[in-house]
Amino acid sequence: MMETIFGLDYPTLWFLVVGGLFSGYAILDGFDFGAGAWHLFFNKEESRRIALNAIGPVWDGNEVWLVIGGGALFAGFPVMYATLFSAMYVPFMLFLVFIIFRAVSIEFRSKEEMKWWRKSWDIAYSISSIMLPFLLGVVLGNVLQGLPLDNDFHYVGGPFFEFLNPYSLMVGVTTLALMMTHGAIYLLLKTEGRLYAKLTILLRNGIIFFIVTFTITTLYTLIYIPHLSDEFKNNPELFIVPVLMFLSIANIPRLAHKRKYGQAFLFSSITISLLLILVAIELYPTLLMSTLDPANSITVYNAASSEKSLGIMLTITAIGGPLVLIYMFFVYRTFRGKVKLDDTSY
Amino acid sequence: MEVEILARIQFAFTIAFHYIYPPLSIGLGLIMVIMEGLYIRTGNKEYETLARFWTKIFALTFGIGVATGIVMEFEFGTNWATYSRYVGDVFGSALAAEGIFAFALESGFLGVLLFGWNRVKPWVHMVSTVGVFLGSMFSAIWIVVANSWQQTPTGYHVVGEGMDARAEITDFWAMVFNPSSVDRVIHVWQGAFLAGAFLILSVHAYYLIRGRYVDISKKAFTIALAVATIFSLTQLVSGHSSANVVAEHQPAKLAAMEGHFEASAPADMYVFGWVDKENQKVIGLRVPGGLSFLLHNNFETPVTGLNAFPLDEQPGQVNAVFQFYHIMVAIGMFLIGLTLFASFMWWRKKLFETKWLLWVFVFSVILPQIANQAGWFAAEMGRQPWVVYGLLRTSDALSKTVTANQVLFSLILFMLIYALLLVLFLYLLNKKIKHGPYDEHNTETRPFQEEVSDALIN
Ligand code: HDD
Ligand code: HEM
Ligand code: HEM
Repeated sequence: MMETIFGLDYPTLWFLVVGGLFSGYAILDGFDFGAGAWHLFFNKEESRRIALNAIGPVWDGNEVWLVIGGGALFAGFPVMYATLFSAMYVPFMLFLVFIIFRAVSIEFRSKEEMKWWRKSWDIAYSISSIMLPFLLGVVLGNVLQGLPLDNDFHYVGGPFFEFLNPYSLMVGVTTLALMMTHGAIYLLLKTEGRLYAKLTILLRNGIIFFIVTFTITTLYTLIYIPHLSDEFKNNPELFIVPVLMFLSIANIPRLAHKRKYGQAFLFSSITISLLLILVAIELYPTLLMSTLDPANSITVYNAASSEKSLGIMLTITAIGGPLVLIYMFFVYRTFRGKVKLDDTSY
Repeated sequence: MEVEILARIQFAFTIAFHYIYPPLSIGLGLIMVIMEGLYIRTGNKEYETLARFWTKIFALTFGIGVATGIVMEFEFGTNWATYSRYVGDVFGSALAAEGIFAFALESGFLGVLLFGWNRVKPWVHMVSTVGVFLGSMFSAIWIVVANSWQQTPTGYHVVGEGMDARAEITDFWAMVFNPSSVDRVIHVWQGAFLAGAFLILSVHAYYLIRGRYVDISKKAFTIALAVATIFSLTQLVSGHSSANVVAEHQPAKLAAMEGHFEASAPADMYVFGWVDKENQKVIGLRVPGGLSFLLHNNFETPVTGLNAFPLDEQPGQVNAVFQFYHIMVAIGMFLIGLTLFASFMWWRKKLFETKWLLWVFVFSVILPQIANQAGWFAAEMGRQPWVVYGLLRTSDALSKTVTANQVLFSLILFMLIYALLLVLFLYLLNKKIKHGPYDEHNTETRPFQEEVSDALIN
C-alpha cells in the first residue's frame, strides 16, 4: 500500500512538483529568453542597454529554476533523468553551450566600450536566447513522440541527429514563438518612449508568429501523433484544458491591443502553464514512451525514487518552496517599474 | 579512445574549471559581508567603496560559477547515467535541498546585491549580501555532503541485483552526517575563504606597492589578512581531522596519500617524495613513523597499507594521489608561515613598508587555488576505482548509450569554450583592478531613463 496525500501517491505528487518547477522555469526564463531573442531588433546602443537591464537583476534567479527542476527530476525520477539526458546527449550539450554563452554575454557586454566588442556580445546573446527555447522545444517534442528504448530503459537510437525530426523541430519553433511573445510583453512593461513604441510592433509580429506555428503544430499532432490525444478521447471532461488554453491565447492579442500589458503578461504566463499541463495530461503516468514496445516505457512508477526518499523531498519542498517565493517577491518588488540606468547597470 | 577515459577526463576537466570560481565567490562573499558590516557600524564611506568594488569582481566570479555549475548538473545525466540511476535515490535529496535552500537564496538576493545599491536602504542591502553569502555556504554544504556520501556511504541499503542494483535511502540524517561530511564541509569552506582572502590580499598589495589607493588598501589588506591568518591555521586542524576520517574509512586512500605499501607496518610521513610503484618504494625526505604518530600518537603503531587490498581495489595512480596531497599540505604550511609573519609585521607597523613581502602576497593568490584543486584531485583519485566507495565502480558508472565520439565532441567543445572563458575572466579582472575601487561616474548625476529614451532611442 502506498502512502498518499490528498489521495495522490508520492510519485504522482512529485510528478506535479517537477511539472510545477518546469512550468515556473518556462514562465520565468521564458521572458528573459524572449527578451534576448528580440535583442538584435533594437538598433540603438541605449535601447539595447535598457532591454538588457530589464532582465539584469532577475535572469540569474530565473535560471535557478532550471537547476532546481533538473535536480528535482534527478532526485525523484533518476531513471528518467539518466535515460533522457544520455539519449538526448547532443541537444543537451548544445543547450549547455548556449547557456554559457548567454550568461557570459550578459555579464561581459558592458565591460568594454568598443563597438566590435559590444556587437559581438549582442550577437552571441541574441543567438543563444533564440537557441535555448528552441532546443527546449526540441527536447519536449522528442519526449512527446517517445524514443526507442529497450527493456532496460536504455536508448537504442542513433547518437547525433535523430532528435532533429520534423515534429520536434515544429515544437521547437513554436516554443520560440511563444517565448518571444512573452518576452516582448515583459519588455513593454519595463520600457518607455520610442523603444516602447517599437516593441508594440514587435509584439504584434510575435503574436502572429506564435499563432501560425501553434496552429500548424496542433494540427500535425492531431493527425500524425494520435496517441497524444487518447487521454482526451477517453475523458471528455478534460477538454476544459485545451478550451481554457485557446481562450487564454486569444486574450493576449486582445489585451495587447488595449495596451494592458500587465494582464497580457499574466495570460502569456497562463498559456505557458496550460500548455505544459496539457503535455502532463497527455503523458501521465508515462514519462517517456518507448517507440519499440509500450512495455518498455518509463512511467512515474518505474522511474521513481523510493517512498522514503520522495517523502523527504516533499518535506524539503514544503519548507523551501514558500521561502523561494518570498525571495522572489522581494526581488521583483525591489526592481518593479520601468528600467532606470545607473552606475550599477550592465 | 574509450568512453570511460574520455568521460573521466571530461568530468575532471569541467569540475576542476568550475571549482576555480565557487571558492572565490564564497571567500569574497565573506569579506564583502565584513566590509559592509564595518560600513554600517562606522559609517565610513571607504568601507562602502571597498564593498562596492569587490562586489563587481564577485559578479564576475559568480557569473562564471553559475554557467559552469549547470554543466556539472547536466553531466551526471549525460555521461554517468548508470551512476545517476544508482545514487539518485540518495543523492537526489541533497541536490534538491541544494537547489531549494542554497541556489534560490543565493541568486534571489544576487540581483539586489549587484543592482540594488541605489535602490534599497543600506541595511536591506546588507541583508542581501548576507543572503548571497549564506546561500553560497549552503550550496557548498549540500554538494560536499553528496560527494562525502559517495566517499563514506551511510544511511542507505542496496536493492536489486547486478546491473539493476541501486542504493535507497533509509535514514536521511545518517546520509547527511555520514562519517566524512562534517570535516570535509569545514575544510572546503575554509579553503574557499583562503581563496577569496588571497585574491583581495594580492590586489591591495599591488596597489600599496604602486602607491595607489593607499588608505583604502591598508584597510582592505588588514581585513583580508586577519581572515587569511585565522583560516590558514584552522585549515591545518581540519585537514588533520579529515585525514583521521580517511584513515578510518578509506584506508587504501590514506595509504596512497603517503605511498605506504606494506599491509600492516608503522608508516612514515614524507615532506616530499616520489612513489616508485614497481618497487613499492618512496624516494624522498621522510619522518620515520610520522604517519603512525599523527594518527595514533605513537611512532610504532601499524597502519594499513596498499598491499592489504586486492589489486583491483587499490587506487591506480598512487604517485599522483601522493603528489596532489603533498602539494596541498606544503601550500597549507607555507600559508601558515606567510600569514603569521605578515601579521607579526603588521603588529610591528612595518608591513606596509616591506615591499618584498607585499610582492609575495601579489603572487600568492595562486596558492590557495592550487591547494584547492590538489585537495580535490587527491580525494577523488584516492577514491578510485570506486565511484561510490566499496559499492559501485567507476567503470560501471558510465552511460551505456553514449558513444566515444559524442564525449570527444563535447569535451573539445568545452575545452574551447572554457579557454575563452578563462581568457575573458582574466582580461576583465585585470581591467577592473587597473580601474581601481573608485567610480568616475558620480551616482548623483546618473541619467534618468526619460531623458535617455527621448534623446537616444531610435
Ligand atoms: C557531488 C559529487 C562530486 C563533487 C562535489 C566532486 N566530484 Fe569529483 N567526481 C565525482 C563526483 C564529485 C564523480 C561523479 O563521482 C566522479 C566521476 C567519475 C568518478 O570516478 O567519480 C568524479 C571524478 C573526479 C575526477 C576524476 C578521477 C579519476 O577518474 O581518476 C576528478 C579529478 C575529480 N572528480 C575532481 C573533482 C574536483 C576538482 C571537485 C571539486 C569541485 C570534485 N571532483 C567534486
Ligand atoms: C559535481 C559537483 C558539483 C555540481 C554538480 C555543481 C553544480 C552547480 C550548479 C548547477 C551551479 C549553478 C547554480 C546557480 O544557478 O546558481 C553551481 C554553482 C555553484 N557551485 Fe557548484 N557544483 C559542484 C561542485 C561544487 C563544489 C564542490 C562547491 C563548493 C565547495 C560548489 C559551490 C558552488 C557555488 C558557491 C555556486 C554558486 C556560483 C558561484 O558562487 O560561483 N560547487 N554548482
Ligand atoms: C595544512 C594542511 C592540510 C592538511 C593536513 C589537509 C588534509 C586534507 C585531507 C586529508 C584531505 C582529503 C579528505 C578526503 O579525502 O576525505 C583534504 C582534501 C582537501 N583539501 Fe586539504 N589539507 C590541508 C591544507 C589545505 C589547504 C591550505 C587547502 C586550500 C586552500 C586545502 C583544500 C582541500 C580541498 C579543497 C580538499 C578536497 C575536499 C575534501 O576532500 O575535503 N587543504 N585535505
